[in-house]
Amino acid sequence: MDPIIILQAGVATGTILLFATIGEIFAERAGVLNLGLEGMMLIGAMSAFSVTVSTGNGWLGLIVAMIAAGALSLLHGVVTIHFQADQVVSGLALTFLGTGLSLVFGEGLSKAGAIALLPTLTVPVLSSVPILGPILFTKQSVMVYVGYLLVPVAWFYINRTRFGLHLRAVGENPTAADAMGLNVYRLRYTYVFIGGLLAGLAGGTISLAISPGWFSELTTGGMGWIAVGLVIFAQWNPWRAAFGGYAFGALRRTVLDIQGPQTLFGLRNPFFFNPYYGFFLQMLPYAFTIGVLIIGSREALRKRLGSPAALGLPYIRGERGH
Amino acid sequence: MSSESAKSGSPGRLNLPFELQVEPRLNIPAWLGPLVSVVAIVLALLLGAFVLALVGGDPIRAYAHIAGAAFGSLGVFSDTLVKATPLILTGLACSVAFRMKLWNIGAEGQFFMGALGASIVVLAGIVPENAPRVATITAMLVAGVIFGAAWGFVPGWLKARLRVNEIITTLMLNYIAIALVNYFIFGVWSEGGFQMTRTFQKAAWLPRLSDLAEQFPILRGLTTHFGLVFAAIAAVIVWYILYRSLWGYEIRLIGDNARAAEYAGINITRNTVLVMMFSGALAGLGGMSEIAGVVHRLQGSISPGYGFTGIIIAWLAKLNPLVVVPVSVLFGGLILAGREIQPAGVPRLIQGIILFMLIASEVSLRYRLRFVRRR
Repeated sequence: MDPIIILQAGVATGTILLFATIGEIFAERAGVLNLGLEGMMLIGAMSAFSVTVSTGNGWLGLIVAMIAAGALSLLHGVVTIHFQADQVVSGLALTFLGTGLSLVFGEGLSKAGAIALLPTLTVPVLSSVPILGPILFTKQSVMVYVGYLLVPVAWFYINRTRFGLHLRAVGENPTAADAMGLNVYRLRYTYVFIGGLLAGLAGGTISLAISPGWFSELTTGGMGWIAVGLVIFAQWNPWRAAFGGYAFGALRRTVLDIQGPQTLFGLRNPFFFNPYYGFFLQMLPYAFTIGVLIIGSREALRKRLGSPAALGLPYIRGERGH
Repeated sequence: MSSESAKSGSPGRLNLPFELQVEPRLNIPAWLGPLVSVVAIVLALLLGAFVLALVGGDPIRAYAHIAGAAFGSLGVFSDTLVKATPLILTGLACSVAFRMKLWNIGAEGQFFMGALGASIVVLAGIVPENAPRVATITAMLVAGVIFGAAWGFVPGWLKARLRVNEIITTLMLNYIAIALVNYFIFGVWSEGGFQMTRTFQKAAWLPRLSDLAEQFPILRGLTTHFGLVFAAIAAVIVWYILYRSLWGYEIRLIGDNARAAEYAGINITRNTVLVMMFSGALAGLGGMSEIAGVVHRLQGSISPGYGFTGIIIAWLAKLNPLVVVPVSVLFGGLILAGREIQPAGVPRLIQGIILFMLIASEVSLRYRLRFVRRR
């Protein structure tokens, strides 16, 4: 129950959620809800691990993971953008498909044994900063640092660049964006694809860095869905996504560590003496997601903030705007 | 709606004497919907075969095996119906909620809670062990329905009162329900260290067809149980409610156009909670019927994802409760026979492809291609 270790592990696990959540933020900002995160992350985790097992090159594995998940996301794109199918159902179909594909192609992969993981880094000067140094900059996977970079870059892109303005326009009012001369379809495809790439990156980060290996569906264990929930908590803002992701990661680690010691704050630890109480601890991350969702929804109601206005609606050229 | 094509401006026009135009359909012929669904399923099975061949399987043998192992004899067909029973109930649960555009993805958790509720009645001694079968089963049924409805109430209330997205909450509640059931079967009711409870007394078993084997020898060994009757009755009730009652009219109106429904004075908040509870109750009944009819105890592996397959079934049945029944029988066969197919992900894969093809094909109901002679 060392808080430093818990936070350190929280940042590592949170990185997975951060990638997936920011990817989903891009897609949803463009007006396309993609509930297939869990399926895309599984495909990413499976293909990253599979490629690394056969080539020994984790970076190649990561690239293949992103391409595979990106390809799946394009399927969602075609069905929802061009065929105007319901985004919820298409996203669910994508989850089924991604899970099925990764189970079929990942058959036997769980016995593949150890592989060379992505490297870990300790940043020279920053790691000696008290408290933050050991948590953020000591022996973290290289992917964690990619996460640190992604958050400000994504925020800046969405809020401070011309492309980000176009992205938001397409998600808020596609009819007006079209009138401005933007290609709504092309932009939506682009951001759905970026969402897919990042989901694949999240999956690869699981199987090559944070909790290495392929454990079929348990590899993600619902993290794709948790990321969908975090998007709402984050109110489509990368900074809040990072905060939610890291907090969730820390909670997950706490749940694991709390069952270790015999005493807890000087009292008999009930989780040590009755291991079945551990099932209630297992519920906590999911209850946490619901709690976080309630907070996000209340805040949105109070501030009259909301999801991107055209989220979930297909854009049909020539039809009157919504 | 303009007559301009939806995909205007496609580059690279070929120099043909005619051109293809996509235009909206003004009316949809009655035969088109079913035809499109059938074509979509056939295409999905072909795609599935392709993927199977890609990973080194033999698709023809796999499909032949599925057909034989699911519908080949009276015995296996009876087993298929056993698998179809929970699917009908979860399929109905999803149909009701989806009809109001409430995305209840939590049928799996509600199914587990229904099973838990029914088990509490038996194992906590709420019904005495020597109580007659009718009383025991009735109490289990009521408990299963209440527990399922309660598990639907939570996301329904959160959605109605706080506008919390029900997709995520229902999904998270699945994980919580399964952890709760695990607590009971690993801890409280564990039988000799195994992850299951003791076997229920006979009075808590739903009657099976094979119980009648003395009068009708042909029924010997058939496992189809009374839960199928529950499921069939539920299908008729849900159909009646949706298409013949005022409540169903309200549900459908909200689903088609929530704003119009609100102007018409329909209470959306109340209906959101009620429909989620109704949906949860149906899934909970599924859980009760599964433990009372098949395993006769509470254990972890009571569902290979019935709650999730229910989503696909509801969509395939176009949310029509009566169509849910035959579709569930087909999927029951797929799940039954799929257990023996390697790799293990194949049934899930085929389900995913079917759902994808199905929603992709729906575009052909809204638009049609037309050859236009070029002037």
